[in-house]
Amino acid sequence: MGEHLTFIGSVTAQLVRAVPVTLLILAVSGVCATVLATGLTVLSVARSPLPRLFQRTWTFLFRGTPLILQIFMIYYGFAMVPWIRHGFLWTAFRDPVFCTCLAMTCCCSAYIAEIFRGALAAVPRGEIEAGRACGMTGFMLLRRVIAPSLIRIALPSYSNEIIMMTKSTSLASTITVLDITGVAQQVIAHSYRTLDVFCAAAALYLLINAGLSALLAALERRLDVDRAVSSISVPPVVEPLS
Amino acid sequence: MDDLTLLGFGPDGWAPLLLKGCLLTLAVSAASMAIGTVLGVLLAWARLKGPRWLRRTALVYGVVLRGVPELLVILLLYFGLPSLILSLAETFGWDAPGLPPPFLVGSLSVGLVSAAYQAEIFRGGVGAIPRGQFEAARAMGFGDLLCFHRIVLPQVARVVLPALGNVWQFNLKDSALIAVTGLSELMRTSLVAAGSTRHPFLFFGVAMALYLVLTTLSSTAFHYGGRYSNRWDRG
Repeated sequence: MGEHLTFIGSVTAQLVRAVPVTLLILAVSGVCATVLATGLTVLSVARSPLPRLFQRTWTFLFRGTPLILQIFMIYYGFAMVPWIRHGFLWTAFRDPVFCTCLAMTCCCSAYIAEIFRGALAAVPRGEIEAGRACGMTGFMLLRRVIAPSLIRIALPSYSNEIIMMTKSTSLASTITVLDITGVAQQVIAHSYRTLDVFCAAAALYLLINAGLSALLAALERRLDVDRAVSSISVPPVVEPLS
Repeated sequence: MDDLTLLGFGPDGWAPLLLKGCLLTLAVSAASMAIGTVLGVLLAWARLKGPRWLRRTALVYGVVLRGVPELLVILLLYFGLPSLILSLAETFGWDAPGLPPPFLVGSLSVGLVSAAYQAEIFRGGVGAIPRGQFEAARAMGFGDLLCFHRIVLPQVARVVLPALGNVWQFNLKDSALIAVTGLSELMRTSLVAAGSTRHPFLFFGVAMALYLVLTTLSSTAFHYGGRYSNRWDRG
């Protein structure tokens, strides 16, 4: 039993050293995907049909195929394309971490853009009209009226997507990245103690996800208007005489 | 060798294997969906009506299975289950069983994850039924089973269908991860084809196209299914 515990302890120490890799992939692709998704959302409400078609095709392509296939396509498929293989891009495309980040950025941006699109549609039209009536145009309308509503509406689904992304980072291990799952498989190859190692890895993922969802929930609470308003002294509503 | 020969039905063509892979992908996804539905209903029931320890267990199950990467679940079951079975067999003095079949392990592991998501959906679906209906059913002297059959099932099935369509799409895509166990479904077949012909771009492209066909067809099917099941709602 004592030996068992020391083994789990040493495995956990090894796995913890791989956490930065997982977090790096998550952070890079999370930020890039969000930025790209914002762009896609803008395209989705464009006046001309071409950008809208682009956004729809992007979503169709990346939501309709498994992420693992996209990762393989980028890592193994692009390696066979001559102009990538012999161009300056090769330094990037031969790096599995870059390929994972690229695939996850493309894939998750499609999902996040759909979330943003839904949230944008859910922003009350009256608010936008009121903003217009107050003389706001373009960027100011976006910054003061649309964005605050949109972020609040999108946040719960966005948090879900981030959790999904955390789980997806484990796919990096299939193209030789030594993230948590990759290190776990490596340790198992030496020790053959599958259950212990995978359970330790699972616990680490759970911990990361718990931390992330706590953070995002805190953000959600902070942005919650009702709560914020209740702490400010609200002037009493004067009931209209009936 | 040109691309068309590689993708054809000839002796060097991969078309038959790729199509077989498609069928296997569908079969694995369907099996995992079925496992997920059965287990998901049980979990939702446990969360809603079970005794406290069962409610807690179902809650923990949901948190764990939705928080751990699917790949890890598949690897854990595929490589971990045999050693667990082996040690069990040793304890009880049974004969050592062989490796479990990849199809079973694959659909079970994807199904276990799917169950966690489906349980949430079913729970939400039951929550969408007005409380008064349960009280009315009780007042009419309906038992639990009759209440489930007459009140819960017809309404939940309708509410839940679009969400189940989403889960099905996820199952379809998660089934690609079963490739790591060596089951020759679509992903694995394209990987083998890409490796042995050294045309990864071609074969992964074809696999993507086939996945797109599968997801598009099934989302269309769910769309019409939803329209059919809501046919009385349109005024």
